[in-house]
Amino acid sequence: MTTTEKPDTLLRILDYSSRADPYPLYAELRETPVARQADGSYVVSTYREIAELLHNPHLSSDVRNLSRPMEAVQGRTTPSFINLDPPEHDRLRRMAMRHFGPPHTPGLVTGMEDDLTAVVNGLIDGFAGKEQIDIVDDFAYPFPVTVICHLLGVPREDEPRFHLWVDAIVNSIDYNPETDPKEKLENGVQAREDLRQYLAGLLEQRHGKPGEDLLSRLANDDGPDGRMTDEEILATANLLLIAGHETTVNLITNGMLTLLRQPQMLQRLRSEPGLVVPLVEELLRYEPPVHIIPWRAAYTDITVADTVIPKGSKIMLMLASGSRDPNRFHDPDVFDPDRRDNEHLGFGSGIHLCFGGPLARLETQIALTALVQRLEEPTLVTDPPPYRPSPVLRGPIHLHIEQNKN
Amino acid sequence: MRVVVDLSRCQGYAQCAFLAPEVFRMHGEEALMYHPSPDDARREQVLRAAAACPVQAILVDQLEDRDVPAEAAQS
Amino acid sequence: MTSADNLRAFKRDGRIVIVGASLAGLRAAEALRAEGFTGSLTMIGDETCEPYDRPPLSKQVLTGWVPAGDTTLPRRRDVNAEWLLGVPASGLDLATNHVRLADGREVPFDRVLISTGVRARPWFVESEAALDGVFVLRTREHAEGLQQALAAGPSRVLVIGAGFTGSEIASICRERDIAVTVAELAPAPLVGALGAMIGDVAADLQRAHGVDLRCGVKVTRLEGDDQGRLRRAHFDDGSTVDADVAVVALGGIRNTEWLRESGLAAGPWGIACDTGCRALTLDGLITDDVFVAGDVARCPNPIYEYRLISLEHWANAVEQAEVAAHNMVSGQADRWPHLSIPAFWSIQFGVNIKSVGVPTFADEVVVTQGSVADRRFVAAYGYRGRVTAAVSFNNAKWLDHYRQLIETAAPFPPPSPTPDQPVDMKPVPVDFPGPVLLAQGATVVVTGHDPSERRVTAAQQNR
Repeated sequence: MTTTEKPDTLLRILDYSSRADPYPLYAELRETPVARQADGSYVVSTYREIAELLHNPHLSSDVRNLSRPMEAVQGRTTPSFINLDPPEHDRLRRMAMRHFGPPHTPGLVTGMEDDLTAVVNGLIDGFAGKEQIDIVDDFAYPFPVTVICHLLGVPREDEPRFHLWVDAIVNSIDYNPETDPKEKLENGVQAREDLRQYLAGLLEQRHGKPGEDLLSRLANDDGPDGRMTDEEILATANLLLIAGHETTVNLITNGMLTLLRQPQMLQRLRSEPGLVVPLVEELLRYEPPVHIIPWRAAYTDITVADTVIPKGSKIMLMLASGSRDPNRFHDPDVFDPDRRDNEHLGFGSGIHLCFGGPLARLETQIALTALVQRLEEPTLVTDPPPYRPSPVLRGPIHLHIEQNKN
Repeated sequence: MRVVVDLSRCQGYAQCAFLAPEVFRMHGEEALMYHPSPDDARREQVLRAAAACPVQAILVDQLEDRDVPAEAAQS
Repeated sequence: MTSADNLRAFKRDGRIVIVGASLAGLRAAEALRAEGFTGSLTMIGDETCEPYDRPPLSKQVLTGWVPAGDTTLPRRRDVNAEWLLGVPASGLDLATNHVRLADGREVPFDRVLISTGVRARPWFVESEAALDGVFVLRTREHAEGLQQALAAGPSRVLVIGAGFTGSEIASICRERDIAVTVAELAPAPLVGALGAMIGDVAADLQRAHGVDLRCGVKVTRLEGDDQGRLRRAHFDDGSTVDADVAVVALGGIRNTEWLRESGLAAGPWGIACDTGCRALTLDGLITDDVFVAGDVARCPNPIYEYRLISLEHWANAVEQAEVAAHNMVSGQADRWPHLSIPAFWSIQFGVNIKSVGVPTFADEVVVTQGSVADRRFVAAYGYRGRVTAAVSFNNAKWLDHYRQLIETAAPFPPPSPTPDQPVDMKPVPVDFPGPVLLAQGATVVVTGHDPSERRVTAAQQNR
């Protein structure tokens, strides 16, 4: 089943011009479920093959297992658990989870519900008197950023500083040495270093001072796995700060965009608040915040869909394509919150399943509920909206809407 | 309300224990224990948890009125 | 049903009886309605309550968190059935297609599904089993009684049998800070299901949690006081243990006695059927109107050399019920085979133990991922060079991969390493207890000489 018949499909997907609607290209990609690229890497685009690989223990998340060293977007810093394999991955994720969720801290996310609602309502109050609202800048960006800063214990007022770093890091994730200027990579590496320095300064103050925020808890933890080293804490905080910045914003914005394109659905959500729960799941399938797992490494030769992927190969997993696979989902291109069978890949699967997924869900449920309740007949100003550069963390950079002022 | 989890599907992602912690509890790192008859007041939480299950293993009663066997109605 | 017309008529107003109103029976009833069966549906069950879920009985219920009565199963649809509860079936007449109930009633059917399951194997001395403080655990009432006994703060609990249920009970006792002794005839807990290597891990796990684990011993006598309360247990090595609660966890007995005269291949081993869940006669011929599902079914599995396998697994009950229901209302060409890979779980001592495949169908076992010392690992089982099963301790997210290895008859030991591979990855013999520990006794005899007169008759059934 391996061929290189359409090596250009991936390049067209990565090209900025297809950012607004990559889905027809994903369909093209799925014609070859496991496609070898000219550079020797593999792209996997069908649901069952992606799901299979996400549970395959012969797939590695550690760059050192790639035979061709990637241009190190990671820099020289300690990797976070997203870029590690068991047992290190499991240990670090478990230690971070101790302060975020079950079994040690089960009530944290649900306990945030009132605070989340207050932040959302405060942001919507700020819409008053505006001609146009940018759902991204006025709402979907500041909301999760406020939340993650609070959770981590990072001063909200420093946000303008690290906003720039996070942007540069995200832009460098899909760095392609063939087509991209070297400075795209260098900016990312520098930004990682700056962000690390900044977080190191914060961490320094937390040692010996137990507090409620995640940095303080990690710095002073005495759990069954012991304490993370400072480098491990910084890597973890870095990961959560970036993920907290760049994913939920897309989910909320994609949600609003989808609803504005289907006003009858927006009306239905208004009158049927419980719908938001399955609706957010359907969003995670239909317009997910993370489209691509940019690389995993074949730790050994791996056979998938009758294709042998040689040891050391780079494997790209097209999550958003898998969630639109007609061999898995009925009418995959229809946005249908009533869908019963919705085992989507929106948060990935297996041991690397999105760490912050429960928080992202709750944030998006609260955000969309409040927006549809409080906006008066909102309409899109431009469709499609302008998109951020990244094909990996894909979403609009602005989403301008107008309300009926009567 | 009534709930059952297909624990042979469950892989211990704990999403349910995040979203309805009074109903779904992790027993150790990976094992799930849950309340099969949570209070109706928790319905919203339970539906959130069921929707969030990555392997769709949580079944919540779909019926308001079931044909309850006469003998059982007394219990 | 021989023609499409007959099948349509049957689906419209045929009569289906389901004997056994627990998980498999309920799921089959729901599936029949989902398949469009609009005829009459009768549910027969020996317990008086609606179908309920059993796994919580040895876990959430025993901790005291969930009342035993709160385990009623959710419904996926209205089954619109007539429920005949509280009376067991006592016979099946295939000449006239009637189910006979213990109270003398007779229920006619066109097709019948048998899902009568398993009951707890009682303590072998009746007077000792009747002592206050001696329990088995299978039903809600059992769980409620045992929970109350645990809540009363016993000085010590004795668990007889360290299979999954016994081990789970011991785990709950430790969680409730109750002293517990576990007595097991085999050399280690879980050894009958998972073999010696995992058995050793389970033994360490129990001891690390403060269980007084005694293996290779047999409980010979339960001793009561003047008031008929349990006081002491005697072992075959001459030792004793003082305990005021004993739980007999020696597995189950399949509820097939009522089928003794039915002519079906029913016995202590269960009811033999084909992969389409159609029952076999005693002679091993297939029937067309009698179906079997759940713990009581004994079904061939092509992956395991077509051997007949009975599984007391939750998922097996659900899947078999759905296949049986589908086949009950489908023509021959549209029938489904029940071909899923068995899957099982147990929760004990804070560990999620899961398995795929049939671990007893193996000669070797090897740890492929993780660390046994940390009790986070996966072990693969192999039979003659192919993967036949896998077990995980707190590592369930990888099991799907092993299910695939089983389905594709992948080579054993798995040749390629994983990043998380233990240093010393050598297969060891799986080492199950010998037939003495697993024997069920003789079952049938064959008589006659000519092919036309060869017949099977039951022998020493239902000891």
